Amino acid sequence: MENLFFELKEGLIIAFRAIRANKARAVLTTLGIVIGVTSVVLMSTAIKGIDTSFQNGISSLGADVLYIDKWAWFSNVDWWKVRRRKNVTLSEYERFKEMAKLPAAVSPTIWSIETVKFKEQSLENIFVTGTTTDYVRTSNFTFSQGRFFSDVEGKASRYTAVLGSEIAKKLFPRENALEKEIKVGGLNYKVVGILEEQGSFMLGSFNPDNQVYVPIGTVFKHFVNDNARSLAINVRAVNTAAVAETKEEAEGIMRKIRGLKLSEESDFSINQQEGLTQNYNQTVGVIQIAGFFITGLSLFVGAIGIMNIMFVSVKERTKEIGIRKAIGAKRRTIMMQFLLESSVICLMGGLIGLIIAIILSMVVNQFLPTSVQTDAIILAITISLITGIVAGLAPAYTAAKMDPVEALRYE
Amino acid sequence: MNIINIEHISKVYKVGTEEVHALRDVTLRIDKNEYVAIMGPSGSGKSTLMNMLGCLDTPSSGIYQFNSINVSQMTDNDLAKIRNKEIGFVFQTFNLLPRSDALHNVELPLIYAGIPSSERKERAKKALEDVGLGDRIHHKPNELSGGQRQRVAVARALVTNPSIILADEPTGNLDSKTGEEIMGLFNEIYEAGNTIILVTHEEYIAEHAARIIRIKDGYVENDEYVTKRYIPKKNNDLNENPV
Repeated sequence: MENLFFELKEGLIIAFRAIRANKARAVLTTLGIVIGVTSVVLMSTAIKGIDTSFQNGISSLGADVLYIDKWAWFSNVDWWKVRRRKNVTLSEYERFKEMAKLPAAVSPTIWSIETVKFKEQSLENIFVTGTTTDYVRTSNFTFSQGRFFSDVEGKASRYTAVLGSEIAKKLFPRENALEKEIKVGGLNYKVVGILEEQGSFMLGSFNPDNQVYVPIGTVFKHFVNDNARSLAINVRAVNTAAVAETKEEAEGIMRKIRGLKLSEESDFSINQQEGLTQNYNQTVGVIQIAGFFITGLSLFVGAIGIMNIMFVSVKERTKEIGIRKAIGAKRRTIMMQFLLESSVICLMGGLIGLIIAIILSMVVNQFLPTSVQTDAIILAITISLITGIVAGLAPAYTAAKMDPVEALRYE
Repeated sequence: MNIINIEHISKVYKVGTEEVHALRDVTLRIDKNEYVAIMGPSGSGKSTLMNMLGCLDTPSSGIYQFNSINVSQMTDNDLAKIRNKEIGFVFQTFNLLPRSDALHNVELPLIYAGIPSSERKERAKKALEDVGLGDRIHHKPNELSGGQRQRVAVARALVTNPSIILADEPTGNLDSKTGEEIMGLFNEIYEAGNTIILVTHEEYIAEHAARIIRIKDGYVENDEYVTKRYIPKKNNDLNENPV
């Protein structure tokens, strides 16, 4: 054991000497590994970043929330069929709320795209969601300031508004938004609450941070004609275990409300986060496989490059191998020398790649919250080490089994 | 006590379909503290014999005992061990590692012997001082003259305290004056009690030895002790305390 450690140490010193003697070649050789490791680390980091933001994103949808809607998020039903479905109406929502026994909370939502203004600040194409006070219970909202509009304010269609964090930031860059009068679609609303940042930017316009919430009555009065657009009924189960049961009940109630016969299929959809997750996992899975295939390929090419150079190096140093053997180097020692050399070259490539990846991920971090994790670092080091050993194996073996007499004669 | 005991050794090479008998039934013994020259024209088999003696090659048949150990059937690794501990090589073309300094070149056999770094450095330095290169330990081979390079090689051969020094045409690449200096060095090494086997094809070099073995066509043609060997005069540029 001690012996092996000694050989390893001496072998490493010899490997470093050899690499130092041929710096330019070592750098060129390792380029493939640098690129390979950079892309491996960036890939895994980016995917982790996307994953995290997706999880953050959908968590605002809630694992225990169902969305009854005309539209399906994902479905096999033909689009034109879906299009012909009846809109979900406010009265259907009211009947549903009365009949449903299982949900912890039920709220309707309808959206409209409006311009939101405060003094000279103006934001166009903002999602304005009309809902009831119950929405605060179907969503998982937390507030940085103020509150959601109350039951009274909601029912009476008072012109009160709750702002997403982004909206508040853009509309009130310098002052406090609370209690200020803003204009939504030209109408005055009083800001009663500002949401905490939900960080769900994966949802785009649906991101709560970029929305304004107002009583549903005001939306129907000013922005959306009755029945022009389907609303969604948000149904929150008491807990995730009760989601299936709640969904079953919801389906039954909706069919009853719509008066559907047993043979007719439902003319509405019950969406939930799970579908989104599945869909996401599939997509990301494909990206992952493709990404790792391409990365694997670049590492493979890099490995071939190293193998090639190591063969050349062994050939070039035939005489040296002969000398070393003549004065007592064993096969194992020679083998180790060349394996260590290729491993060290690869490892240095891996470390350079890692550094590049860390720098690049800092750039990526501007768009996507990501950072290089410990497991990516371990992955990079392991991969480069394995590549070095695998690529060095055949050349090292060639060197080890050389006949010292022949090798000494080589010029 | 014989250091080298060779009995009925043959070596057959296959070149294409033809068999080449490089050595035919060679028997010879070499004692401790002998100074032997092996002579022969090229193609005589003297290189093969040297490789055999140096444990770089194994015989096709026959027995080779080195220090009473049968090495004729040994594996590569065991032979490497013998070469490392028992044999010091000096080559015609010096065979130093070109990118390493003198110290590292001399240190190399000690690395393979598993000697720790500090002891290695000390012994290598001492060996270099002994051959008169104490002030050149950090010079690379290309910064040294031919004679100095060969001295580094001699230091490398001596550093492990081997049973024999095996020198293959050690003066072949040197001018006659430098060659004479190297032969003087060998003489000192011999007089200090070492065993030297010198392979050469030049009569005047062979005459430095105490015994000359002549090889021809794979046979030992002649094996006799020199009645009056040529003793070179002491080198003036060597240190006061040679080996």
